[in-house]
Amino acid sequence: MKKLKLKELESCLQQVDTFESPKLLLEQYPTRPHIAACMLYTIHNTFDDIENKTIADLGCGCGMLSIGSAMLGAGFCVGLDIDADALEIFNSNIEDFELTNVNMVQCDICSLSDSLSDTFDIVIMNPPFGTKHNKGIDMIFLKTALQMAKTAVYSLHKTSTRQHIEKKAAEWEVKMEVLAELRFDLPASYKFHKKKSVDIEVDFIRFSAKKVLN
Amino acid sequence: MKLLTHNLLSSHVPGLRPGGGFPLRIEAAEVRVRPVPFNAAFVSRLVPRLRWDALREAAESLGRPSELPPEPSPGYEADEEFLRRLHHVLLEVEVLEGSLQCPDSGRRFPISRGVPNLLLSEDE
Repeated sequence: MKKLKLKELESCLQQVDTFESPKLLLEQYPTRPHIAACMLYTIHNTFDDIENKTIADLGCGCGMLSIGSAMLGAGFCVGLDIDADALEIFNSNIEDFELTNVNMVQCDICSLSDSLSDTFDIVIMNPPFGTKHNKGIDMIFLKTALQMAKTAVYSLHKTSTRQHIEKKAAEWEVKMEVLAELRFDLPASYKFHKKKSVDIEVDFIRFSAKKVLN
Repeated sequence: MKLLTHNLLSSHVPGLRPGGGFPLRIEAAEVRVRPVPFNAAFVSRLVPRLRWDALREAAESLGRPSELPPEPSPGYEADEEFLRRLHHVLLEVEVLEGSLQCPDSGRRFPISRGVPNLLLSEDE
């Protein structure tokens, strides 16, 4: 397996096509190549949780995280998203990058079946934060991710929700480790916002299982 | 949609009673076969996690009967021929157009351009 350097990974990810007309209500925005590359590099080098693993990407959008995982040697990646337009872009990205071990499914994460399944080794995701009439959606994504993953879930959550997540993690008997604190600049969503973008503090968190999710 | 995806995801399909509605029956209108680099270690690790009967049924529904044994035999980890056949069925065969049918409710989920759509409508 060719060793990809962080800078090389980031340049590759800069070639990933992203949303043409992001749907604000779905909180669509691309995970920045720099952030995606740093996240994936940590997951791969510190935890060895990418190479030869089965990985699910919940709320995959145009596939930034799945594509990066595939490039770092993931065994198989499945992206899940509710939006057909995003998946179409993801599909064409897969063709462009000539990736053969990535698939995708259109579905609503919030209404997936509850059956405890441990079907994937790892879940890597940048879930919606719940800022658009969809409060609580970040925790639904997290709970579902923890059900799907055998080993670990890597996710991004607003730093302002850290204490709430810590409480839930304890309740679910899941170990939680904040790996990094990041700053996102998200496109401003209301016409009357003066600034073009909004800075949000975001935690990059690793959750690991021995779980009691009911 | 590769058969590995079909096998991994079926337990998550919405609206199915617990333990029921699996496996989803594949009705394929267009299938593509494309080579994928073979990774013996990866395929071997998958074996204990696959729903084997569902996989065989899926392979048969795509016109690939009896490429897989009724169950993986002991020592499969070292059996390269077996692993290569399994690799082929799991990763190299893709359903591009067709549908997935729930065996309980009969409800169909379309597959188009290789992407299964598991969205339920508002009233489901």
